[in-house]
Amino acid sequence: MAVIAVAAAGPAEEEAIAYAEVCLSTTFGMETRRLGPFPDPEYAYDAARNQYSSTLVLREALDRRPADALKLMVITDHDIFIPMLSFVYGQAQLNGPAAVLSLSRLRQEFYGLPPNHALFLLRVRKEALHEIGHCFGLTHCSDPLCTMRLSTNLQLLDEKQAEFCGDCATLLRDAINTSTTGAIK
Amino acid sequence: MRKHWEILVVDDEPVMRESLAEWLAEDGYSVETAASGQEALAKAAVRDYAIYFLDLKMPGIDGIETMLEIRKRHADASVIIMTAYATVDTAITAMKEGAQEYVVKPCSPEEISLLVERIIKVKNLQRENLILRKKLSKHYSFHDIVSKNPKMVEIFDLIRDIASLRSTVLILGGSGTGKELVARAIHYSGNRADKPFVAVSCAALAETLLESELFGHEKGSFTGANDRKRGKFEMADGGTIFLDEIGDISPKLQVDLLRVLQERSFFRVGGGEEVKVDVRAIAATRVNLQEAVAAGTFRDDLFYRLNVITIQIPPLRDRREDIPLLAHSFLDRLSHELGKDVHEISESALKLLLDHEWPGNVRELENAVERALVTARTHVLTEEDFGFLQQAKTSNGWVAPDNVLLDDVQRQVIMATLRRTNGNIKEAASSLGIDRSTLYDRMKKYAIER
Repeated sequence: MAVIAVAAAGPAEEEAIAYAEVCLSTTFGMETRRLGPFPDPEYAYDAARNQYSSTLVLREALDRRPADALKLMVITDHDIFIPMLSFVYGQAQLNGPAAVLSLSRLRQEFYGLPPNHALFLLRVRKEALHEIGHCFGLTHCSDPLCTMRLSTNLQLLDEKQAEFCGDCATLLRDAINTSTTGAIK
Repeated sequence: MRKHWEILVVDDEPVMRESLAEWLAEDGYSVETAASGQEALAKAAVRDYAIYFLDLKMPGIDGIETMLEIRKRHADASVIIMTAYATVDTAITAMKEGAQEYVVKPCSPEEISLLVERIIKVKNLQRENLILRKKLSKHYSFHDIVSKNPKMVEIFDLIRDIASLRSTVLILGGSGTGKELVARAIHYSGNRADKPFVAVSCAALAETLLESELFGHEKGSFTGANDRKRGKFEMADGGTIFLDEIGDISPKLQVDLLRVLQERSFFRVGGGEEVKVDVRAIAATRVNLQEAVAAGTFRDDLFYRLNVITIQIPPLRDRREDIPLLAHSFLDRLSHELGKDVHEISESALKLLLDHEWPGNVRELENAVERALVTARTHVLTEEDFGFLQQAKTSNGWVAPDNVLLDDVQRQVIMATLRRTNGNIKEAASSLGIDRSTLYDRMKKYAIER
């Protein structure tokens, strides 16, 4: 059975990682395997921005992907960025093997608001599906409720659902079928 | 809808360009990267991108210079200048030089997303506009004649009404108004459409040659007549003969023509056998036949025989609403024929076309679009591409010598043009903004040889 590997890079909340694992397994119909934590990505730290380069984290992750893992999801508590943008929630290789997800901006506390753990976990689920969706070749969707919709702020993230729309689900099923024997449930 | 659009990201920093390219690719765009201005220009030379992300500071050619070079090839390219150093001066320079947007790195994902979405939305609208314009052109076209002018629409209706009649039609209109197109439309709209349509330019040939051309000749009827030859009337049997520049024919031929139109029969040159034909005649002229009749140079009985149904084509200056429609129609056809990837005419260029007087009518407009297209360097025909129209309008630099005759000037200009085109009549006529028959007419008048 095809495997999606999951690993923490540096600090990352255990409950969020475990929840992401379950969500990926049930949605993509694949086994997930937790890898030992990757080293804290100090190499990716940008002091001027006080953030971590998601591109560099992703590059490092590729070297650590087990040979039998179809996809690899790296999760970190660090706030991540790509040079052009002030932040990203996550970054994935389109049609590639790896994705990185930051938990930092998914928490209400980041914005000075009271914690809401249920909401936080729901956001984790949406973003994990979204990034691994990219790894299976899905691009952003125009359906406002589809989890593949681009979310550039929390409002858009909270508006969409933790599910693929009909079109994206079909594309995903085809992509999975061509790369594995597994099927989306 | 947006997946076919291509984006080029140009930045000398690998992480910067690759990460932005990956981020845009997630949005479904086809994204390519270039590490320098030079590489970007090489890529832009073979492909047109919907959006160019250009880093302002790059070694070699910087972002602004790269943009200016790209614009020479793709005038409508959407350029977003990126910089890590936000200064008012650079922003003003970038926007002044034509950048669509100016963004400071890093910017919010929302900003970039909205920016790209907005540009693509405009691109999609432009593309839809192009498709609609083509549909519109088809809607307003009648057998290759494009017009929405009320008088022309009346002509289209008249053509439909008379298409299947046998009556002679006289088409009046200035040079280049499309008299032959109207004649063809009559022929191909009627019940003779599957029979021949034969066009004869009466101004192009000397009297004896025209007689032989129209009626054919018997073997040995004159020096060089080695075989029997069928004339245009015989060739057009069952169909239509189009006699262009009928006002230029000699008195003898006027008599012969009158006989054919009345009797529907004629004799070949040098022959005694009467040839019967079923031909519909359509004649055209740019001269005022009524004046010619009054002056005694054109037979009144032939005039009345021809003038059964008259169609007067208005000059282009009297139907200016057709200019954009015609210009785009010519652009669509000629860009395909010339293999040029040009599909737009800028607003300022259209204004220039609308303001021009078009003495050479539709043909002059077609020639102007072709000339602009040949020299165009971008995807859009601009005011500069039609600069020759302005030059013609403003060139009052002519100083006429004392006692110069207009005929002398015309003769000199025609001779010079023929020398320049190595005697190529089509090219010379096109260059002079007149049709070939008019050029032949002038050459005959001024005794000019090719």
